[in-house]
Amino acid sequence: MHIYLPIAEMSVNMFTLLAMGAAVGFISGMFGVGGGFLMTPLLIFLGIPPAIAVATQTAQITASSVTGTLGYWRRKALDFKLGGVLVAGGFVGTLLGVWFFNVMSRLGQLEFIIVISYVTLFGIIGSLMLAESLKAIWATRRGVVPRSRRSGEHPWYLGLPWKMRFHRSQLYGSVIPIVTLAMLIGFAGAVLGIGGGFILVPALIYLFRIPAAVVVGTSLFQILFTMMAATLLHAITNQSVDVVLAMLLIIGGVMGAQFGARAGQNLKGESFRLLLAILVLGVGIRFAIDIVVEPQDPFSLVTVGARP
Amino acid sequence: MTAMRLPQMASSWLLVGAAAALAGLLASLAPAAAETLILSLSTHRVAITSTYTGSSIVVFGAIERDERTVARAAPYDIVITVRGPRRTTIVREKEKVGPLWLNTSQRRFVDLPTYLAVLSSRPIGEIAGGPFLTRYRLGLAMQITAPGMEQIVSEEPFRDALLRLKKEQRLFAEDPRGVTFLTPTIFRAPITLPAVAPTGNYDVEVALFVDGAQLARQTTNFEVVKTGFEQATVTLAHDHAILYGLGVVIMAVVFGWLATVIFRRD
Repeated sequence: MHIYLPIAEMSVNMFTLLAMGAAVGFISGMFGVGGGFLMTPLLIFLGIPPAIAVATQTAQITASSVTGTLGYWRRKALDFKLGGVLVAGGFVGTLLGVWFFNVMSRLGQLEFIIVISYVTLFGIIGSLMLAESLKAIWATRRGVVPRSRRSGEHPWYLGLPWKMRFHRSQLYGSVIPIVTLAMLIGFAGAVLGIGGGFILVPALIYLFRIPAAVVVGTSLFQILFTMMAATLLHAITNQSVDVVLAMLLIIGGVMGAQFGARAGQNLKGESFRLLLAILVLGVGIRFAIDIVVEPQDPFSLVTVGARP
Repeated sequence: MTAMRLPQMASSWLLVGAAAALAGLLASLAPAAAETLILSLSTHRVAITSTYTGSSIVVFGAIERDERTVARAAPYDIVITVRGPRRTTIVREKEKVGPLWLNTSQRRFVDLPTYLAVLSSRPIGEIAGGPFLTRYRLGLAMQITAPGMEQIVSEEPFRDALLRLKKEQRLFAEDPRGVTFLTPTIFRAPITLPAVAPTGNYDVEVALFVDGAQLARQTTNFEVVKTGFEQATVTLAHDHAILYGLGVVIMAVVFGWLATVIFRRD
């Protein structure tokens, strides 16, 4: 059954979108990530204009992170103080991201920026994640006990000014690197239509040694608020949020996430990270293929000008 | 006439030209003696609803003659050109730069109709000869070429790509048998609109030919509009963007919260 998307101005198969939402929701439920990094590329490959895919996807991530945040809150696995600092940085990043998005869109370079960003960002993050998880799996096989955190061992960036204490996260240090990280995630999220959980979670664990117990909940909290801001800003500044598309993605995603969460419970930590790394790297490679392999048709069309 | 004279065509350009000019002159001097076109569209308003997957509009036409109209030896020919709302379309070409394929060159087609359809009762080349295609701007290729630009070769790959890609999107269409004569003076032609055809005004231009000469030309139009929910959504998104944005955010939050209530596992 086809349904007309009023903002995208195209007719799409409703069940294709629901199924896509469910599939991505399944994966996101399984890995505890938002799934934006899979959904936005899928929408673009489906033929939805990239600007609309990114802007609309922010609404879908809002919905899935509400579900996630509430779950972690109920289990008290959430550091509101750290979350608040992350949100503050995230807001600034989102604001800059939406501004950058609109400028690139006006210059006609948005599609190129999105593709290049997916290739480089996903290529780098995916490779890092893959290397790390392979190392972990290798270490477990050989029976090496991973080095635990020693007190008094502090990376230099935590020694910068404006120190704060985060009890739940067992962290005392400068807020500058935390806010900077949150800004970068907010920026990337607004431009690429991703929540950024798959970057934020490992960053909080490896760079700030935040305990695994609170890290996912806190990261979801930051994503929830930055994505709410991104949805609102995209809607106000470029009118690219398609409410019908958003609703279909949300419904599919909610359903899929429930089954994914159940499937994820049986997954071991290392294989879990390995699978996620492969997924992230896969998305990066898929975009790389687009610009490395000779295109079937070297010509493409863009129609510009105000919509009536 | 044109078809029969093909072997001598090169030498008889002048003659044909003069005949056409004369026909034009006669038409303007004695309107009662020429045919007039009467047109009717099956609808003047295509409404986009939530289940919209494109539409079809039928052009009906009658060629009106009176007692003083000269008798025609050859049958009538009809060429219908439909032009959608005009926008600028950019055609980009990818080239290999190092290991990457990047958009390196582009051509802008300013104020190009976003939708174009040329329907005729037989192939355009048979209806009118070469110079007349240019003169009356007949056929798809003519619609996308600015007057005087026909011979510029460097534009050609981009023009071809535009035609090809737009045809793939079904936004450009050419049907040499799209106009059907029901009687020698009454015809019909279906115009198909794909779902991606933009909203706005569409001009329908109908030209009547006999023996390669244009006898009459008449235009009408229809519009493609969003209605109901679709129109309300667009209006809200554009005119009350803050409200729309808040609405989408609230919807997302409510759905997310509902999911925790419905599927609560603990």
